[in-house]
Amino acid sequence: MGTRDDVPTPLAGPGRTATDAGRPGPAGHSSANGSSANGSSANGSTADGRAAAGGSPPRERINHMPGAGTARAEEISAGRREMLADTRRLQIKSLAERGLTRPRIGADAVCESLLHQGADVVFGFPGGVLLPLYDVLGDYPELRHILVRHEQGAAHAADGYARASGKVGVCMGTSGPGATNLVTGIGNAMLDSVPMVAITANVVSSLLGKDAFQEIDITGITLPCTKHNYLVRDPNDIPRVFAEAFHIAATGRPGPVHIDLTKDALMGVCTAEQPDKLDLPGFKPNLDGNYRQIKLAAQEIAAAQRPVILAGHGVLISDAVDELRELAEKAQIPVAHTLLGVSAMDETHPLSLGWVGMHGWKHVNKTIQSSDLIIALGMRFDDRVTGHVPTFAPYARIVHVDIDPAEIGKNVAVEVPIVGDAKRVLRALIPQVAPVDPQTRAAYFAEIAAWRTESERTPWHGSGAWRNGQLSADYVVSRIGEATGHDATIVADVGQNQMWVARYTGFRRPNSHISSGGLGTMGFGVPAAMGAAVGRPDKETWAIVGDGGFQMTVQELMTLVQDHIPVRIALLDNHKLGMIRQWQELVYAGNYHSSHLLGPDWMKLAEAYGIPGFTATTPEEVDTAIAAARAVDGPALVNFQIAEEQNVFPMMPAGKGLSDLLEEQFEEPKQ
Amino acid sequence: MTPTGSNPQAGPAHTAPPARPLPGKGEQHRHVLVTIVLNRPGVLNRVASLMRARNFNIETLAVSHTDQPEVSRMTITLRGDDVAVEQAAKQLYRLIDVLKVQDVTSDPIVEHEIALIKVRADERNRGEVLTIAEMYKARVVDLAAESLIVEATGTESEVDALIALLRGFGIKELVRSGTVVMSRGAGSIEEAVKR
Repeated sequence: MGTRDDVPTPLAGPGRTATDAGRPGPAGHSSANGSSANGSSANGSTADGRAAAGGSPPRERINHMPGAGTARAEEISAGRREMLADTRRLQIKSLAERGLTRPRIGADAVCESLLHQGADVVFGFPGGVLLPLYDVLGDYPELRHILVRHEQGAAHAADGYARASGKVGVCMGTSGPGATNLVTGIGNAMLDSVPMVAITANVVSSLLGKDAFQEIDITGITLPCTKHNYLVRDPNDIPRVFAEAFHIAATGRPGPVHIDLTKDALMGVCTAEQPDKLDLPGFKPNLDGNYRQIKLAAQEIAAAQRPVILAGHGVLISDAVDELRELAEKAQIPVAHTLLGVSAMDETHPLSLGWVGMHGWKHVNKTIQSSDLIIALGMRFDDRVTGHVPTFAPYARIVHVDIDPAEIGKNVAVEVPIVGDAKRVLRALIPQVAPVDPQTRAAYFAEIAAWRTESERTPWHGSGAWRNGQLSADYVVSRIGEATGHDATIVADVGQNQMWVARYTGFRRPNSHISSGGLGTMGFGVPAAMGAAVGRPDKETWAIVGDGGFQMTVQELMTLVQDHIPVRIALLDNHKLGMIRQWQELVYAGNYHSSHLLGPDWMKLAEAYGIPGFTATTPEEVDTAIAAARAVDGPALVNFQIAEEQNVFPMMPAGKGLSDLLEEQFEEPKQ
Repeated sequence: MTPTGSNPQAGPAHTAPPARPLPGKGEQHRHVLVTIVLNRPGVLNRVASLMRARNFNIETLAVSHTDQPEVSRMTITLRGDDVAVEQAAKQLYRLIDVLKVQDVTSDPIVEHEIALIKVRADERNRGEVLTIAEMYKARVVDLAAESLIVEATGTESEVDALIALLRGFGIKELVRSGTVVMSRGAGSIEEAVKR
């Protein structure tokens, strides 16, 4: 830190602070009399009591990442345990209680608000105008800050953290490039309805709109890809804005909320306390479904001969997993799921059908196409699910339950719309549904079972561990599922690896599958797994990535090392942008432009990062390598050399329907 | 196979399955949406950005204060089928600053817009312009040697008709405020959001 002389007061006007946009900002420890609410900040320019007494040594800075085993580290982990136990009972210590005599500035209000909202981890990267926040962060050891290597990693990590833990993920970056780097991750969270609060700093408010250094209109940029966003110029707005942001992010249909804080808002004295109640007249999500509509849904179910449930992400978000199973069992309805609905139902359950859509199982798509009733729960009829809408489930009436009214009737017209939280609607619906004897559905189930046998015994599916003399990708992911007891959190990247993960890993525990669905963000895998491992430290975490996506965010390996986050990375290396290559083969007549890519020597890369690395090129080595990676205390990398030209089948071509699946032309292996 | 649980796909090959209708492909009409929003910075940008991003084409947009200082009122006219416009309204509700959206197209309403039309007119044809203006209950608010400004109020189609008639004289400049509407009777859309 600099000397006392370069410390501006927290009240320093924009003229003063504007000049130091690029250098370390206010050492918040400078000034006086800082009980949080007294507002007597006028004497902010004097040094603190001890310094004023003359010549006493500068107070020791609190390191927010003390060495393991030290007393300080113990204290921090005790604080975190307490937080996790019950965030509502948490007493947030004031500055005075922390033994600090400086005034409470906006940056303190940010930290207090985060603690107040139950946030315990922040993924971030500092920068010029965000430094006032980093300057006080050390005074809040209960807040764990994880320094990422790129802001996109912070956003994806917050996303993975939120999906794995069910809490709101927090990420932050500085103005300008730090903020724009977050945007991909914010957009990803928006499309997948993930609760997230993204914090950025901005230049002092007097410089807003002046094209100042590292200034960009970031609230303008995030406006269409957030649930809501704020530009905060007044430190006294911070507690209210954070309370609103966390509420909006987590309530109703979750989503990202972005808070942009000007540097003067971070540095100015804040006297505002946490609000007692929120005033959001325009935000009142409808949680309970309309009673008459629920009755209608029960009538539809009673009348249906071939009903099928289509479970989406909303079932997991609203924690309606038990209710889903109860409805399925009571009314004997098979359950299909979307990509983000994977793990909403234990895949070994007899009523679990499997994954629907473009790369879903053929028997599931056939069941949907022949159904006479679809009960859609917390999903939005994405084009990857429906294909060409006029051909989608032509005989089916649709009951659509979603918490977002705008999703109902957006992509398909539905007969029974129900706006509400999936869990609450199901709880109201289940008593209305008459129990069904499985025998009455015997013909239906027999037909599905025959399709399933056909679907799973297709020669190219489960054909063994070898493909074209190399490892088969589906074999590798299914071995990872087996080895981890189907209990690990598995995070996919985007592309073929993502499809193989969803098809072949085998998911049993809710929220054990994390995938970038709506935005399809390559590079999501490793940073999201980092967040998931932090959010659910009690569960083993694997990232299953391709060599293309892995190289997009490979820098986060060092974050895993520095913060000792035990993510096992399974790299499915086919030296290709596999899904691009597949489309070029099947849709673009084999015009393989730019789908072949080189990667580094993965073992040397692992060594350079200080991560144990393993390679598997034969089926025997697969299990050994998985076991070796699981034995590592910390991050590990396994490179699986998979077949270069393996495709994901079946595949619904773009613009076609669920009945027009492409399947592989397969020659029976010669005995 | 029993009748219950039989596969409808197993029916005669010549019966093609019915096509599922695509939402938003119905007959297009002009719709009027009244939107009550919180009077906050950027709210107009939010509404405009959302309509652009969701591929709705705003025809007119009029924004003003209401009797409540923290609440503003937007009147949006757009074309689309009933489902598409309902979707637009639902999307607007997703904005945190939007309090109420009402499609008043088929309600009993008073509908007005104001237009200022600068028409080329000299002593030879001024009388003709004045006659037309009078027929449309428009008034002349500025008079110069070679032009005059007609101030017209009425529904969008009334103003359209007047403009069509005046076009023959030569319109030098035209500005329209966009439609504003209010429901007839004692009911108030603002009442619902009184704070």
